[in-house]
Amino acid sequence: MSTTPGGLPPASAGLAEHGHNPDAGGHFGRYGGRFMPEALIAAVDEVAAEYDKARHDPEFLAELDRLQRDYAGRPSPVTDARRLSEHAGGARVLLKREDLNHTGSHKINNVLGQALLTKRMGKTRVIAETGAGQHGVATATAAALLGLDCVVYMGEVDTERQALNVARMRLLGAEVVPVTTGSRTLKDALNEAYRDWVASVEHTHYVLGTAAGPHPFPMMVRDFHRVIGLEARAQVLEQYGRLPDAVLACVGGGSNAIGIFHPFLDDTAVRLVGCEAAGDGVDTGRHAASITGGSVGALHGALTYVLQDEDGQTIESHSISAGLDYPGVGPEHSFLRDVGRAEYVPVTDAEAMDAFRLLCRTEGIIPAIESAHAVAGAVRLGRELGPDATLLVNLSGRGDKDVDTAARWFDVVDPASLPTEEPPADDAGAGEREL
Amino acid sequence: MTVTQPGGSTGLTVLDEVFTTARAESRAALIAYLPAGYPTVAGSTGLLTQALDAGADLVEVGLPYSDPVLDGPVIQHAVDTALRGGVRVRDTLSVVETLAARGGRAVVMTYWNPVLRYGPEAFARDLAAAGGLGVITPDLVPDEEHGWLAATEAHGIAPIFLIAPSSTEQRIASTTAVTRGFLYAASTMGVTGARDAVSDTARTLVERARRHTDLPVGVGLGVRSGGQAAEVASFADGVIVGSALVSAAEHGRAAVARLTSELAAGVRGNHTGR
Repeated sequence: MSTTPGGLPPASAGLAEHGHNPDAGGHFGRYGGRFMPEALIAAVDEVAAEYDKARHDPEFLAELDRLQRDYAGRPSPVTDARRLSEHAGGARVLLKREDLNHTGSHKINNVLGQALLTKRMGKTRVIAETGAGQHGVATATAAALLGLDCVVYMGEVDTERQALNVARMRLLGAEVVPVTTGSRTLKDALNEAYRDWVASVEHTHYVLGTAAGPHPFPMMVRDFHRVIGLEARAQVLEQYGRLPDAVLACVGGGSNAIGIFHPFLDDTAVRLVGCEAAGDGVDTGRHAASITGGSVGALHGALTYVLQDEDGQTIESHSISAGLDYPGVGPEHSFLRDVGRAEYVPVTDAEAMDAFRLLCRTEGIIPAIESAHAVAGAVRLGRELGPDATLLVNLSGRGDKDVDTAARWFDVVDPASLPTEEPPADDAGAGEREL
Repeated sequence: MTVTQPGGSTGLTVLDEVFTTARAESRAALIAYLPAGYPTVAGSTGLLTQALDAGADLVEVGLPYSDPVLDGPVIQHAVDTALRGGVRVRDTLSVVETLAARGGRAVVMTYWNPVLRYGPEAFARDLAAAGGLGVITPDLVPDEEHGWLAATEAHGIAPIFLIAPSSTEQRIASTTAVTRGFLYAASTMGVTGARDAVSDTARTLVERARRHTDLPVGVGLGVRSGGQAAEVASFADGVIVGSALVSAAEHGRAAVARLTSELAAGVRGNHTGR
């Protein structure tokens, strides 16, 4: 293994053997597996075999570590959010700063790994789905760096609410395809990426952006993100001489959450708290909380918790955060929930935006709205546990891409100066939106 | 447990007859796909009836699903329309029942989640009771069948799995070993949709399948004309047509009848034009 600044575990340590792998078919308990067309089985078999070779290949691991260190900027720091703490019951709130990575989120961890794997497989083109655009930007970035052709599928609704990221992807040389089918959001972008892949698999790798989908993606994407938790665990231990009482992360598909949770699985005293996007509230039906408000089904290749009606039709999800606006969740989260190792709590749009504003104002950090869900969860838990508690929050991304959405929410700019878009549906509590 | 149809036969034996009859006539069977609920439930029953009357040996009744990852734009549009019209899983079963009651032979084509939600055992039971002969599951591979084989066997209907040009020999062997009725060979690497030419991969895939099984092999994905049907019929036991019929359905029953007749002539080796 190569060295990293501060003697922290390098990215390659995330790929080392540990005791929490799925079975040979990719099942975490009853979840996961491969619910997908036979035509793509050979492709995912190839990915699995290549990943297995790569994770044991010192050259691959050294290259991954080099890029993570010299290109992405790892390790990311842990910030003690002292002023935020005053609003969180006095609990110590530690922020794992994935927002400081190159491209502005944790997504680069997975993408660098998969892009290197694409080269190993001799493929020349990558495709990706994206919701908020963070994964699309990361994929476009890695494709530019490694000389791969890149096509990103993005729901038309998301191309509108995350226009900045669409421009970033195009500047990086990627083709962005707005998806106009179904709900025109992340789930439909996934469908479209699968349709591309089944016809292009000979020369194309599908860089799945979250720890979901068919085996080996949930395992492999998790491993590329395990560096988040490995670093954070070492950083907290070194700086505070103890482990945190709880680790919190937002959960859409759940890649940043599984990345930070996983190295703590055996630390059974550490609570693992996934913050799901509750939109207008789980009881309103307009949400994206697949575990809290969903049921078990097969979607996009895996058996997991999904939002579905009584006929098994996928229900459209709703969240102010495009990156969490997905009606499924990675299968390992479903497993961790069922065995009770992790807990999943709902955070509404309004709670997330309050936390967004709070973090801006107390710490000078503009978080991604996705990550603001985890901050909201920490504020809530801190108030419950009090000043003796130490909470580790995965600040998975920065909020530049969300400035437009936030400005509308808080009404801080003259609406006439913004492109036309419908205002947030829920006007209740508008008085609280003053920044 | 097995549902016995008039004459003491099960869904599986009726399905076998479809192919033995075609073989006896030295031709391939014509298998026509249309989704339930498109444009309406009654409308889809009418279109499927038309296809059967115009020469389809078997129909695939599509069960509309919100996330059809293996379907191209034509079928996506049709199932979207059906879902927006409020079609339910039980409507698909009732379409099958109506067709079977007048002697039509029907299987269901469905993505797995609606079956999972309904309960695989209950779905097999209710489909058999409706007179359905089998179920094609484009996103269920045998590795994940979890009781589905037992349920279909108990109710005498066929679990029909797909093979693809990318399938390894080992996977063709293991898939054909558990498939009943007929094997669905996806002729090209891609989603559903009419194509101008029959790919060479279709013939190769059928030849590969025959090294592992005596099951009839149906070829789907891309067939749209009598000429293409004749070409596929020269090496396969069944010619499956979907998107082209759905496109025809946009123009009504007469268009479906016309295309079905052309395809039916094609599988008999009689075709005019392309």
